[in-house]
Amino acid sequence: MSELYQILFEDVRFREGLKSCMNCGTCTAICPAAEFYDYQPRRIVDILQTRDNDQIEALLKSETIWYCGECMSCVTRCPRGNAPGLLIQALRALSQERGYFTDSEKGRQQLAIKRTIGKWILEYGYCLYPSEILPEMHPEQGPLWKWEHANIEAVMNRLGANYKGTGPGILRKIPQEALDELQKIFEVTGGTERFEKIEHYSAMKAEEMGLALEDGLDNDYIRFIYTTNSGKHTREDED
Amino acid sequence: MKIEGKQLIWKDYQKEIADDHFFYVRSCVRQNFFPGSEKTFLRILKEDLRKDVFENPSHTTCSGIGYHTDIVPFETTMTIVARQFALMTEAGYENFATSCITSFGLYSEILETWHHFPEVEEKAREFLFKATGRLFRIPKNISHASDIIFKFRKEIAARGKYRLVNKETGQPLRVVEHIGCHYSKMFPSKGIGGAEYPYVLAGMIEEWGGEVIDYPERRHCCGFGFRQYLVQANRGFSVSCSRKKFESMEPYKPEMILTNCPGCPMFLDRWQYTISEMERKTYGENGQGIPVLTYEELAGLVLGFNPWDLGLQVHQVPVEPLLDKIGIPYDPDEKFKGMNGTDLGRPESPTYMKFYSEL
Repeated sequence: MSELYQILFEDVRFREGLKSCMNCGTCTAICPAAEFYDYQPRRIVDILQTRDNDQIEALLKSETIWYCGECMSCVTRCPRGNAPGLLIQALRALSQERGYFTDSEKGRQQLAIKRTIGKWILEYGYCLYPSEILPEMHPEQGPLWKWEHANIEAVMNRLGANYKGTGPGILRKIPQEALDELQKIFEVTGGTERFEKIEHYSAMKAEEMGLALEDGLDNDYIRFIYTTNSGKHTREDED
Repeated sequence: MKIEGKQLIWKDYQKEIADDHFFYVRSCVRQNFFPGSEKTFLRILKEDLRKDVFENPSHTTCSGIGYHTDIVPFETTMTIVARQFALMTEAGYENFATSCITSFGLYSEILETWHHFPEVEEKAREFLFKATGRLFRIPKNISHASDIIFKFRKEIAARGKYRLVNKETGQPLRVVEHIGCHYSKMFPSKGIGGAEYPYVLAGMIEEWGGEVIDYPERRHCCGFGFRQYLVQANRGFSVSCSRKKFESMEPYKPEMILTNCPGCPMFLDRWQYTISEMERKTYGENGQGIPVLTYEELAGLVLGFNPWDLGLQVHQVPVEPLLDKIGIPYDPDEKFKGMNGTDLGRPESPTYMKFYSEL
């Protein structure tokens, strides 16, 4: 068994997700990502079944593993009980562990996600927080959100939220003791280490690319990874 | 009684839903985008159905969006979920009710993992104790909030002031439903109707007088795709998925889209606006969008709640055409007001999709 395959095999999601693929392609047929991107979950499983270290390393450095939307539609349909979506999760975890994620345009986006979703989880106790969802970063949210964002406290209060308040309720201020526990959970379970690795490898990549990377979102590297689309990912772009 | 025929087949698609005494955990997306829906859910359960629902303010995100964008390791997420279970255990509850489909799928995934890999559960217990000193019991029952509304759909209908019927024609409203992938695609036995025949929303629509409309892409993803929406460069994927659904449902002329997941209504609402700006294309009648509702909002309308208390003003696609069809009264001047009638101004109109001032 190759080194990378062995590491992947230690992830319970990998063991649950890969039983024995007969390459029927049903997962690709049902996959929303396969319809949009140049992507085939069948091919991912096929490569993993080879257990070939070089092929798996190439996969970990590729754009391919970042195309999946983790909707898990493939899980329902696989006649052999495989779960390509779970395999993607194991591959992405290892890609970040090794720093391979910065080799791809889509993989590099992990830093933008860490500095938004990751930050908000630890700072607020929520994956999303309304004052942080900036209309300029979300034009698709339309004029309604622009209005709501500008009046967020008043709208939240009108709709019965306990915005930033004590006690239970919608968007309450989560007590500091609870946030401290969350932080501690991240420290003992490897969550903090994952965040540090995303930062570490991203800083190396930013330097290599000659893009400034400071704290927060207002810097060249974050702007670049958050907005850049080379246009070489979709099926229409194929020759 | 001997169970046979269709009853035997459907037996596999039923699930147990607790009757009372719920430990309630909230949804990050629903709190941000549809706060009125959570307010309405608790109002219905506590005030109309007289159920016991407890919320500990110290519960947090389950970290599901972080998990499914792969920035949060599985071990971390499992331990955060274990902490939620510990809060439930400490409060003396056994029935866990969650407002979020991503969370619901995650709870199901974690319990299934612990069932197959007891050593992983043991490790999560160790992590939790080390980080917080807490212990937990696994819930006796885990229900999504929509399961609970489904369970009490007949009681809601019996108390209802309105039916999903066009007041002019007497015809049932034509409704398409969207379940949300993580409700039952991973673990079909955890959802009402399984993955093949999800019935959680269809059951509500039928009970409240509407007609469920089937269409080819009924089960296709809304396109959230976690990282595929959250990073601006990837949003083409997200809008393409929703567009595929709109194009597929359009010939069937739906009058409403009913949703299960917290995120799906936001995407199906906002992407209609985006597509109208990109392609000048609208999918509803006369240049309007198709109103997208959460099941809590729909239950609230059936029960006769004020639409602006439900939060229907924070939808980009106006809901007034739907209210007019059913005959639900509303005050247009109150739509965008704050508490006690405070003036908050009004959102601008979209370029092409008809908005409140043009209806």
